[in-house]
Amino acid sequence: MSNWYMLTLVGKDRPGIVAAVTTALFDADCNLGESSMIRLGQNFSVMMMVEGGDEAGVRAVLQPVAERLGLALHIDAIDPGLHQRLVPDVCIRVHGADRAGIVAQVTTRAEQAGLNILDLESDVGGTEQQPIYILQIEGVAEQGIDAIQTALAPLQADGVKVDVHPIETLIG
Amino acid sequence: MAVLEILTYPDERLRQVSGPVQQFDAALQARIDDLEDTRLAGPGAVGIAAPQVGWFERVLIVDVSGRKKTRNHGHLILVNPEITEWDGFAMGREGCLSVPDYTGNVVRAERIQLEALDRHGEPLSFDMDGFEARAIQHEMDHLDGLLFLDRLVSRRQDLFQRKVYKQ
Repeated sequence: MSNWYMLTLVGKDRPGIVAAVTTALFDADCNLGESSMIRLGQNFSVMMMVEGGDEAGVRAVLQPVAERLGLALHIDAIDPGLHQRLVPDVCIRVHGADRAGIVAQVTTRAEQAGLNILDLESDVGGTEQQPIYILQIEGVAEQGIDAIQTALAPLQADGVKVDVHPIETLIG
Repeated sequence: MAVLEILTYPDERLRQVSGPVQQFDAALQARIDDLEDTRLAGPGAVGIAAPQVGWFERVLIVDVSGRKKTRNHGHLILVNPEITEWDGFAMGREGCLSVPDYTGNVVRAERIQLEALDRHGEPLSFDMDGFEARAIQHEMDHLDGLLFLDRLVSRRQDLFQRKVYKQ
């Protein structure tokens, strides 16, 4: 039982998906590692690291559940990978009037300044007439936070508010 | 002087409430030295509390003076500490010697007033804020059998509801 898989399930959201999927996995003697579920719009998505038998066996267990719930199922074999978590040391918050290209500009400039993104979340708020874009990124600043701050500063001139601050992890 | 074993979750002993120190004797001094040796032997811990080494008295050590741009009161050995005032809320990321390989977001008071005794029983009082105040609150939780896991908030939850901070 040392085979690990990344399961991805995507589809229209409805109550009960997580319980149905995890119960099927449990009944098939699979173990869950890290997992992350998020709802985007009206859509459900989850990625789960699962330890179990062979890929065909995992698929046989999940396919009927996925079909019943209207979900697309994707399975990839992965390296066993628990306890590999990176700890972010920088948080970037960006917001401004919604326009094309904000995420591409921010992430490209930050990447060139040494950012490894660990977590990214974005949303559109405001009104339909005046939409605003909100972006939050956590990551590891491999060349330091000042380098990222300097790289992103020019975007402020385009009316995008960019806030870069350290994440200090307290170990006690 | 010795590096002691650190209790790790889910060891039930981490859940117990520690009692106040009564005797400021040579044995206490030796135990404090061992506690500090254990903190320094760990991976970059800015603080440690006695229950983490199976010593269930209200003693903690905090030292954030090694961090850049961090207001601090130096190396603190605090006996029977009490927080007398809280102010503000801040979210920050915490990990723990007793919870290896996991970090998470925790809401703490931004500023605290603190009263305690030093290792010889002399009274101390501090106004502190930010990272140092967070470290004190993290360690004081250990004295009451709490871990940062008990206070986790979602990493995706940037806005959190105000609530009365548990004393």
